[in-house]
Amino acid sequence: MSAIATVDCDVLVVGAGPAGLAAAGAAARAGAGVVVLDDNAGPGGQIWRGAGAGVAAPDARAAAPWLDALEHPRVQPLAGARLFAQPAPGLALAETPAGPLAVRHVRAVLCPGARELFLPFPGWTLPGVAGAGGLSALVKSGTPVAGQRVVVAGSGPLLFAVARELKRHGARVLLIAEQAPRGRVARFAAGLWRWPAKLADALAHRAALAGVPYRTGSWPVEALGGEALAAVRVSDGRRVREIPCDRLACGFGLVPNAEPARLFGCAIAAGGAVATGARQETSVPGVFAAGEAAGIAGLEAALAEGAIAGLAAAGAGEIPAGPRRARERARAFGAAIARAFALRDDLRALARPETVVCRCEDVTRGALADQPGWRAAKLHTRCGMGPCQGRVCGPAAEFLFGWGAESVRPPAFPVRLESLAAAGEVPPGGTEGP
Amino acid sequence: MSARVTLSVDGRAVAVAAGASVAAAIEAAGVAVFRHSVTGTARAPLCGMGICQECRVTIDGEPHRLACQTACAEGMRVETAAAGGSRGVGR
Repeated sequence: MSAIATVDCDVLVVGAGPAGLAAAGAAARAGAGVVVLDDNAGPGGQIWRGAGAGVAAPDARAAAPWLDALEHPRVQPLAGARLFAQPAPGLALAETPAGPLAVRHVRAVLCPGARELFLPFPGWTLPGVAGAGGLSALVKSGTPVAGQRVVVAGSGPLLFAVARELKRHGARVLLIAEQAPRGRVARFAAGLWRWPAKLADALAHRAALAGVPYRTGSWPVEALGGEALAAVRVSDGRRVREIPCDRLACGFGLVPNAEPARLFGCAIAAGGAVATGARQETSVPGVFAAGEAAGIAGLEAALAEGAIAGLAAAGAGEIPAGPRRARERARAFGAAIARAFALRDDLRALARPETVVCRCEDVTRGALADQPGWRAAKLHTRCGMGPCQGRVCGPAAEFLFGWGAESVRPPAFPVRLESLAAAGEVPPGGTEGP
Repeated sequence: MSARVTLSVDGRAVAVAAGASVAAAIEAAGVAVFRHSVTGTARAPLCGMGICQECRVTIDGEPHRLACQTACAEGMRVETAAAGGSRGVGR
């Protein structure tokens, strides 16, 4: 039996988005040898997707100094590498384009980011309906939208950034439908002066989206079409408008990707983010978490938390005041977003009995109605048992029915058989263990 | 940005910008349906970031590859639902 390919490092960083890049840079500059895993084809995470590749991105200039971390001689970046198991402390297994890989590490910084919250409504499985951040990510990777009619819907300031990205690529954005009521959005906007960079972003978005209607207190109730989207019905609680369109970009906020931390045995805080302390440490010694996975608070929080976690993982004694202050300011922004864009109860009523909730296994809302909880639903209906492993329907079911998630078992993602086989023949765990 | 890559989608040649994803190439080829679900309904990418698994297609003969996370390569062969690629789930 041949041992699988193995690399050794002081600090394993999972995720090459802003938090992971900041962590890798800080750890390397502090003297640590770093391996960075990311499951995408290139670094940058979602916000800086494509910034380092052939597909140009306007954020390239902002991202460049952070992407430089991957050029550091003590940093080894591995693209297309997906973490799927942690058989022992100090040992992580990833599936890479070159086959399975074991990464032996002393400490780990988990920066897997966030995904969108998708809520089921009639027609949401039609081709042409994608996430808001989802369509933005697709477009950043080259999906054509020029000349297409797009409705952007859901909740949060992300909708503006998405609409702007779509417009930049030639789409006709017909409407931005924000589910939060006008009063809350107005109060949020009035408080933006506390975060000048965010205020500048907001003004730039508004200028770039001049002429695009933004409706608060509006949400999609149905997507219509045969084999593909033809129109979307949008409600404001009093009347429903039908808007013919080619695409619907719809996301209801962000969900921390807590699965890698669960895999490492880390405690999860209320709200679903990884529980972290002042040095971004998790409940497991030697394992740190930073960025959206540790709490949804945006780019600046991710950069500050990443820097702090990278320093701490490299063994730095004291954390400088700069990133600590930046972290507090950014987290206050995250809290303001959570308050302003809290989801309305109407959204719980969108899915009909025949509406699919679990897209992998085509489990309908009706089939879930009698289940007492997530675990029973999985056992009796196969909800959450498909290839996405409940990453889409789990948060939706939590919102619809109040069910909680549960532990994660390896493999944390669908992997090739050779990777599973490799998991059984890994070299002895951890160098010295965290 | 100027470099192009040529690949085939369901037997049709498509040229895309270097760095573009397979998901982008599929749509550039005019294909809207990536796969069919376990009950046979049409599906296409939802999350765009490797989470939802709705963009699974067959790439160079290997089924269940994520189109949204795979970069196009010269000469790549992509098969969607129309060509019988990645039907149902890989249980």
